[in-house]
Amino acid sequence: MTELTDLRFPAPARRFPVGRQLNLGWAFVERQTNLWKRHWAWEIVWLVYGVVNTLAITFIAKQLVADGVVKGRQASDLILFLLIGTLVWAYLSAVLDDISLVVTWERWEGTIEHTLMAPVPRVPHLVGTAVFGVLHGIVRTVLIMAIALPFFAIDVSHASWATAVIVIAVGSLSLIGLGILTGVLPLLYPERGEQLSFMVQAVVLLISGVYYSVDTLPSWLRAASHLSPATYLLRALRHVLMRGATLGDEAGDIAIMAAFAAALIPSSIVVFCAAERWAKKTGRLKRQG
Amino acid sequence: MRNSTPALLVRDVSKTFTPGRRRIRALDDVSFEVARGSIFGLIGANGSGKSTLIRILSSLVLADRGEVRVFGYDIDRDSLEARQLINRVSADPSFFRQITALENLLFFGRVYGLDGRTARNRSAAILSRLGLEADQQRAMVKELSRGQQQKIAVARAFLTSPALMLLDEPTTGLDPRSKREVQRFIREVQREHDATILLTTHDMAEAEALCDRVAFLVGGRIVAEGTPNELRGAVANGRPLDAIDMEDVFMALTGTSVDDDEDTFDD
Repeated sequence: MTELTDLRFPAPARRFPVGRQLNLGWAFVERQTNLWKRHWAWEIVWLVYGVVNTLAITFIAKQLVADGVVKGRQASDLILFLLIGTLVWAYLSAVLDDISLVVTWERWEGTIEHTLMAPVPRVPHLVGTAVFGVLHGIVRTVLIMAIALPFFAIDVSHASWATAVIVIAVGSLSLIGLGILTGVLPLLYPERGEQLSFMVQAVVLLISGVYYSVDTLPSWLRAASHLSPATYLLRALRHVLMRGATLGDEAGDIAIMAAFAAALIPSSIVVFCAAERWAKKTGRLKRQG
Repeated sequence: MRNSTPALLVRDVSKTFTPGRRRIRALDDVSFEVARGSIFGLIGANGSGKSTLIRILSSLVLADRGEVRVFGYDIDRDSLEARQLINRVSADPSFFRQITALENLLFFGRVYGLDGRTARNRSAAILSRLGLEADQQRAMVKELSRGQQQKIAVARAFLTSPALMLLDEPTTGLDPRSKREVQRFIREVQREHDATILLTTHDMAEAEALCDRVAFLVGGRIVAEGTPNELRGAVANGRPLDAIDMEDVFMALTGTSVDDDEDTFDD
């Protein structure tokens, strides 16, 4: 192996130490934050959309209560059930959008070649993008929640907030791999990849029990719901916020989400690298729609 | 370390693209070497394979066969090491248009391993040297002219002091004054940092002004290579070398004009 001892350049590293990898990952968090600040008008659009969506769906429950279709504790539970569903979906879609746009956004801007030729291993690249997605999702969802909650009288006195934070944290990790996998699609299909990413999100919405229990689904869709990490996140979070379930009670769902994270994050990065290599072989990296 | 190791070794590189039912041979057994500290010019018409070659050298396209080594590091097998030694300026500036020039450079500095403070300070210094005022450095890229954006692209590439700089038509579309400023900066930086530069262009004057050696690329093949005077000598037929225009040399050696577009995939 060559050593560049007679040049005025440092010899390149074969592997980067953890500190440098953290700096590389932070570069993506910082860049996305700068972009986010400049796209504030879009952020307001999505915030308004999120609030309206949350209110519109939760008002369905209020209507059923007003009509006497559901009463007493059931009424309060139904409102909380839909509120959790809409807020969690606002969070999940923000996280999935941000991660899955890892390729698409750079294609729009024309920066994809400069980013991918930079000496950045894909782990800090993709994990940095995911960290921004999670932080962005949290900020947006907290704002939606702060605006929407005063519209409803809900009882969360049973909620175990510390357990809720753990469920959300592990659930977020379980979704990162899914986001990276959907981000692969625009690499494989420059023309239709983005639409395919939205299709995957739509399927997750259908099968994960966002607005209804997965027990409502036909058996074949119920079977598919086990493949979505969002199913476990929603179920565990509802148990924790509506019934005050403890960490021990939800250990099973938390373990499944952790298993999804452990399996999906590394495998999705491997798939991304394979797709990148294929795009480089076929000259699809730069091609746009 | 062997001093004989070239900054860039390209050996028998071929690449064919198959968009739809078409087969386009973009590069056909291309071989050349670039010595350390030199400026090597690759001259060809649009569609001749220049940009495909630059993308292969940047690890953005994989060759079907052949070998590319950057200071001895294989661009495919030792990609991470090779990429630490390379940077690139393309004809299209390619920035996040909604953030400022400095924010863009901060990101690209960080991904090449600079810490935030160093990236900020160095970016401001290089942009000033390229003639961008402080308020232009803090303006969103979309608010800047094409020439100013190209200067930021040059700054991005030199920010990390690369050992090998790939300049893919860096002055295309620039006004004459910006063109001269960028060319002067390239020469200065090459001298100061001992950088090796591969320049693709179809501007003969630019090639002559900057390059130690040049190669003519036609239909994905290198058809001639040498110093500008060696190439002139090949077609001189007794005429004084300084009386021979490089465009005529290109025409005589390739049978085509550098201004004629060729069938293309991505150039």
